[in-house]
Amino acid sequence: MGGPLLELVGLSTHYVSARGTRVTRAVEDVSLTLEAGQTLGIVGESGSGKTTLALSILRLLPPGARIVSGQLRFDGEDLLTKSPREMRHIRGKRIAMILQDPMASLNPLFTIGDQVSEPIRVHEHASRRSAWDRARNLLKSVRIAAPERRVREYPHEMSGGMRQRVVGAIAISCEPRLLIADEPTTSLDVTIQAQYLKLLRDLQREHGLALIFITHNLGIVARMCDTVAVMYAGRIVESGPVRQIFDAPAHPYTRALLESIPRLTEVDARLTAIDGQPPDPAALPEGCAFHPRCLKALDRCRVQAPPRFSVGAQHTAACWLSEGAPLA
Amino acid sequence: MTNGRAATLTLPWRLPRLNLRGWPLIPICILIAMALIAIFAEFLTPYNPEIGALGDRFRPPAWVAGGSDKHLLGTDHLGRDVLSRLIFGTRVSMIVGFMAVIFAGVVGTVLGILSGYLGGWVDQVIMRITDSWLALPGLTFAIFLAAIVGPSVSNIVIILALVFWTRYARVVRGEVLSLRERDYVRLAVVAGCSKWTIMRKHILPNVVNSAIVLATLQLGVVIVTEASLSFLGVGVPPPQPAWGLMLADGKKGLMAGYWWLTVFPGTCIALLVLSANLIGDWLRVKFDPQLRQL
Amino acid sequence: MKKFILKRLGYALLSLFLLSLTIFFFVRVTGDPTTLLVEPGASRADIDALRQQLGLDRPVWVQYGSFLANVVRGDFGRSFYYRTPVLELYLSRLPNSLLLAVAAMTFSLVIGIPSGILAAVRLGGVWDRAGKIFALLGLSMPQFWVGLLLILFFSVYLGWLPSSGSGTPLHVIMPAFALGWYFAAAHMRLTRSSMLEVLGSEYVKLARLKGLPEALVIAKHAFKNALIPVLTLAGINLVLMINVAVIVETVFAWPGVGRLLYEGIAFRDFPVVQANIILGGAMIIVVNLLVDVLYAWIDPRIRLGR
Repeated sequence: MGGPLLELVGLSTHYVSARGTRVTRAVEDVSLTLEAGQTLGIVGESGSGKTTLALSILRLLPPGARIVSGQLRFDGEDLLTKSPREMRHIRGKRIAMILQDPMASLNPLFTIGDQVSEPIRVHEHASRRSAWDRARNLLKSVRIAAPERRVREYPHEMSGGMRQRVVGAIAISCEPRLLIADEPTTSLDVTIQAQYLKLLRDLQREHGLALIFITHNLGIVARMCDTVAVMYAGRIVESGPVRQIFDAPAHPYTRALLESIPRLTEVDARLTAIDGQPPDPAALPEGCAFHPRCLKALDRCRVQAPPRFSVGAQHTAACWLSEGAPLA
Repeated sequence: MTNGRAATLTLPWRLPRLNLRGWPLIPICILIAMALIAIFAEFLTPYNPEIGALGDRFRPPAWVAGGSDKHLLGTDHLGRDVLSRLIFGTRVSMIVGFMAVIFAGVVGTVLGILSGYLGGWVDQVIMRITDSWLALPGLTFAIFLAAIVGPSVSNIVIILALVFWTRYARVVRGEVLSLRERDYVRLAVVAGCSKWTIMRKHILPNVVNSAIVLATLQLGVVIVTEASLSFLGVGVPPPQPAWGLMLADGKKGLMAGYWWLTVFPGTCIALLVLSANLIGDWLRVKFDPQLRQL
Repeated sequence: MKKFILKRLGYALLSLFLLSLTIFFFVRVTGDPTTLLVEPGASRADIDALRQQLGLDRPVWVQYGSFLANVVRGDFGRSFYYRTPVLELYLSRLPNSLLLAVAAMTFSLVIGIPSGILAAVRLGGVWDRAGKIFALLGLSMPQFWVGLLLILFFSVYLGWLPSSGSGTPLHVIMPAFALGWYFAAAHMRLTRSSMLEVLGSEYVKLARLKGLPEALVIAKHAFKNALIPVLTLAGINLVLMINVAVIVETVFAWPGVGRLLYEGIAFRDFPVVQANIILGGAMIIVVNLLVDVLYAWIDPRIRLGR
């Protein structure tokens, strides 16, 4: 099977207000590729459009939001032309997603077993018994002890880390090829985070999963991802292999993000933060969206949004400072 | 004067501009109209609402066969003009309704503030009373009290106030509990303000909004309760005109088909309650777009 | 769970106690209770005898004690009009009120819940707007007026339904409608907002992400969660209905406890009125307790003891 597993070309998702007056460009002109078995990190502050991007891939957008342009291909198939029924068959079965808050993601009135076996029963029409058997095995594979007992419990009886594992079990229950994880460790204790990340890595290896990891934490990106895309105000401002981006960031925003991580070795160095606030997606500045906060902004940046330039092997940056490089 | 924005009202003399977009104009007009009718009742009708001409009993409205222009909406079983009684009944309903709501609101708000802010045994006592009184439906409680003291307009107002203050106390107390933790209140405590000053200057203005919203929503309930009490004979005493009483009288003629004695008073009640409810809903959204539970 | 039940039980008992205290207070506070508790037209001797019997010369708390003792024993005095013990009278009428309340509640839930769900699922659509209007009318029109209009329409003009009394299923239709109308609107409103809240929750989002059919998402994940507050309210409203049915029962001459209350007022039969309110209030407190316990049982978070 040639070609990437997931391919986005120029995808844009806008929210239109009820009266058609306000347009919020949540995702604008996003292009990504992801190969099977690889891990892509999507980094950005809150409001940068990361979650909308994920929901766009699954075509599960809230009312008022629409994919207005671009292409979306998964496993060679055009997802934008799929009917709602076909998309439903893809969700949970071929593309799965993990949300941030495990307590809120699980229905408090149903048992763990019920919720884990549910996608198996719906997508594969399995019987209750065989689905519950598989559910038990799934709990084991996400390293939950005593799965026979846990399967009959309710969400509130488990710890946060365990619940997030259950959510992971639900996600891999039908052997998807792509797993999107939206800030899965943000609401977990720091000590549990490392365990969970290791679990995700192991699951990825065992099941040949491609992983999209949405986070604002660059440390996780460094540890988990092969490639990374940095989002700002709905656009990808820089993308490329993790090593390259960390060693030689081409976009001022990426550079600022990297510099704002406090380093343990430089005890006396001052903490740097990026001045200003992310822009309101409904009222973006003219030109490059980052220019009000950019230390190196040129006059051109205030007027014209930069295209993507190819600044290295599969490394692109949307910044006028890289103008000499060929267009991506 | 016309500045292209159709929803602004600019008056020729110096008053602030009112942006009326989104205001529930019809209910407000109805309420104002009823208030005016209540005030100017004497000038609006030639008939005495309490005395009727027995020769003119059960006349249907003017547009039905057998009716006459003398009595536009017909007469009741004692020959009294229905329209006049409706008009004077507006006065009774408005007075009872507003006064009961105001009394209940004032008492309930004050007790709610005291209970929420002072805490301790004051809170406990007030809350226990509130809870047990709230367990009783307003109507039943009002009937019980009315049976004890007997019917009269002033009694009704007192009874309704007694029955309904508990709702205000509950809501206001809840608000006060969260307001207590706000920074500006704490600063005032640190600055040495007395409890009474804090309650008066900081807490009170902030709960007034909720109290007003609740009051408008309660107005409907109070009016229906009063009408119910009058209907049952323990409310406004005859021969005073009250819509509830008219409905009770109307029941007597119902089986004979004298529909006007039932339809008109009931419509008035429904209109007033509907308007109050609409305004209350609008106020609730206006003061708190997150639609707190009220 | 046990601790929870005990706590609620204690609370209920406290409320009952305060209720009796309130009633006692109001009867005594207005002056001479003998005017109420004695038959109209009784002689001086009778009044004095009653005063002796009630122990009105004794201290207040002693009076309250005997009052409370009587209530607990079920002795509410005798009705002046019917000349039977009031408790007997009340209990004989209660099944009728219960029947009416059940019919009205059924009506209100059958109308209220589905329309609330439809309004939430098709937000902003025709059903939602119709529902809003219905809710507004239902909450604004006085119940007894609805009842009177129904009589006018269905009994007087159309002659289809009997206008008063009880006995056949036909008799129950109009009173149940008049009584349930208001509650249907209230239930619809609550179902709608509860459903909306649930539909916006994370677990519904995840259910959709799992690729479950929308019908299953709504019927399984959303429905059960959304119903919890509605059923809680319905349970409480059932008993409320029995109490506020006073007007509807009067309009339709339905022989329930509400009508009994009306007779008590009309015939100046005060023991009946007093008993009505004590028993009515007690029922509400007890049902509140039961509903709390039931709610706790349904919600496994509380059942399995947090």
